[in-house]
Amino acid sequence: MKIYVPIDSAAKALGAEDVVRALVQAAADSGQAVEIIRTGTRGMIWLEPLVEVETDGVRYGFGPATPEDAAAILDGTSVKALGPVEDLDWMKRQTRLTFARVGVTDPLSLDDYQAHGGLAGLRRALGLTGQEIVDEVKASGLRGRGGAGFPTGIKWQTVHDAQASRKYIVCNADEGDSGTFADRMIMEGDPFTLIEGMTIAGLGVGATKGYVYLRSEYPDAIKVMRRAVDIARGAGVLGADVLGSGRTFDMEIRVGAGAYVCGEETSLLNSLEGKRGVVRAKPPLPALEGFLGRPTVVNNVISLATVPVIFEKGAQHYADFGLGRSRGTVTLQVAGNVARGGLFETAFGISLDEVVNDLGGGSASGRPVKAVQVGGPLGAYMPVSKFDAALGYEELDAEGGLLGHAGLVVFDDTADMLGMARFAMEFCAVESCGKCTPCRIGAVRGVETIDRIAQGDADALPLLTDLCETMKDGSLCALGGFTPLPVMSAVTHFPDEFVRTKEAAE
Amino acid sequence: MALPDPVIDEGEIARIVEDHLHLEGPLLPILHALQEAYGCVPAASHGPVATALNITRAELHGVISFYHDFRDAPAGRHVLKICRAEACQSVGGTALAEATLTKLGLDWHGTTANGAVTVEPVYCLGLCACAPAVMLDDRVVGRVDAARMDAVLAEAGA
Repeated sequence: MKIYVPIDSAAKALGAEDVVRALVQAAADSGQAVEIIRTGTRGMIWLEPLVEVETDGVRYGFGPATPEDAAAILDGTSVKALGPVEDLDWMKRQTRLTFARVGVTDPLSLDDYQAHGGLAGLRRALGLTGQEIVDEVKASGLRGRGGAGFPTGIKWQTVHDAQASRKYIVCNADEGDSGTFADRMIMEGDPFTLIEGMTIAGLGVGATKGYVYLRSEYPDAIKVMRRAVDIARGAGVLGADVLGSGRTFDMEIRVGAGAYVCGEETSLLNSLEGKRGVVRAKPPLPALEGFLGRPTVVNNVISLATVPVIFEKGAQHYADFGLGRSRGTVTLQVAGNVARGGLFETAFGISLDEVVNDLGGGSASGRPVKAVQVGGPLGAYMPVSKFDAALGYEELDAEGGLLGHAGLVVFDDTADMLGMARFAMEFCAVESCGKCTPCRIGAVRGVETIDRIAQGDADALPLLTDLCETMKDGSLCALGGFTPLPVMSAVTHFPDEFVRTKEAAE
Repeated sequence: MALPDPVIDEGEIARIVEDHLHLEGPLLPILHALQEAYGCVPAASHGPVATALNITRAELHGVISFYHDFRDAPAGRHVLKICRAEACQSVGGTALAEATLTKLGLDWHGTTANGAVTVEPVYCLGLCACAPAVMLDDRVVGRVDAARMDAVLAEAGA
């Protein structure tokens, strides 16, 4: 009997290891021969640990499983039975391109990877010129999934055209935004796709060395990625002779050190070089003067992990999904106070309402949903009145939001919006790299000003608005530049919470 | 409680530094390796590291102090990281963190009197769909309530 249990951090955090032990014990007790295969997660985190039992080639789900369920899962009488996993509503409604293998395959089995379409994209890319590779990415319409949404193919073109003895591919895996976990999920669940994507990028722009800058808060992802790089090198996917082509590409995993601002690309490059993670002024662009002053592609994990499927299925296939200038799929991360949280990959254009209320099933607490913060700590709080907004880069921007890394954090009606605005400023003050004044000083003053509002000082609100304008216009990077977004969206959409009388405050 | 300084072996420090000098941008890997070996970046290593990388001690101090991860002195035997970010806040993370700190009689970054646990804030563990989340050393725990936190603390010997 083949049994699949996720080894993803989220599944482990919910007790997957105890369930595996119980399954092994229950199998021994009943004399059944079972093979337990560890996979990534399907992304239905509310069902984790999700145990899947394969019968006649179909995988039947049981979840959320506890150790006590083990015996009944093995003898087929468990009340946690969900039916075939692929037939679940959450699975059927997705278009899984980037995450096609996650939850299905053993993350560290290169054979499994290839049996599910892995390396087909790289093999195709090896037959193309660098320019043809860049053109394919341009034709796919892929844009930076880290948040900025810059067209990936154009960035690659700049690096391709730059003349230099060495170029680099740097993967930004410093996924620090609250409400986002897609990078972690794919690195833990399908690491070879990131390796393949980075290799294709290297072939495209003429880089022979890649780095993954992975945050230290993800110890499981670090272990999986390091092991996967070793396996890929051993199998000749990486190294001096990529798949026997005579071309060179190799990579290293580097671990961050707990600085949120290192998710900003120039600060990440400084950190990778062994410096303080302070932001660099642009220009020069990293594409021309990046790591160690050399032309460097800096792309997010999901951007790079999407490259293999674009080459496997063709740019047009990818570009056929989406809305407006947002082509392909978006990997939504539904999180926070939500009944059904997890990862949902779908074509751009789905509405906030459908994600939160239909897929997510509303709040976990059962109370009315009050707001959703989209795009991490630098994203806007979207009130329920804006739930018709479509999830696309331009579409959300038009509604005053920011798609960012496509994380959605749901809050119920107990959320204290003034408190959330204060937290945004506090977070910026803690994490500011200190290079530019609007961010370094502004965030501190922002906390103080919001405290004055809380104490009923009517003069403080215009001051906060003014301060936010200055931070937005005057900051070097998105940390200071976008912290005003959650703050001012809270002020704009929940004005009552920022009007406090002195008596009420005391 | 102040923990005793780790026993420093100058030869070992030199070996750790030497092992990483072939890397491009070796400083962060060196600092991580030192912390792995000693539980902190010991002051005794500053001179050798600065010399090997041809940077000033001031520059080195600037780097070490910039990052939340690097310590001047070892933490307790276990490190409990409690997520403070928005997704965890949306399901009661703030109250959980405050109750835990109160129970242990600590502030953030503090270590219990028996040296068992240091409590650190962390901004996101990527467990936002099963919040509130904490991490004890390298082990993640999701949907933490008071009972589960008590179990984690008991395991750590707090």
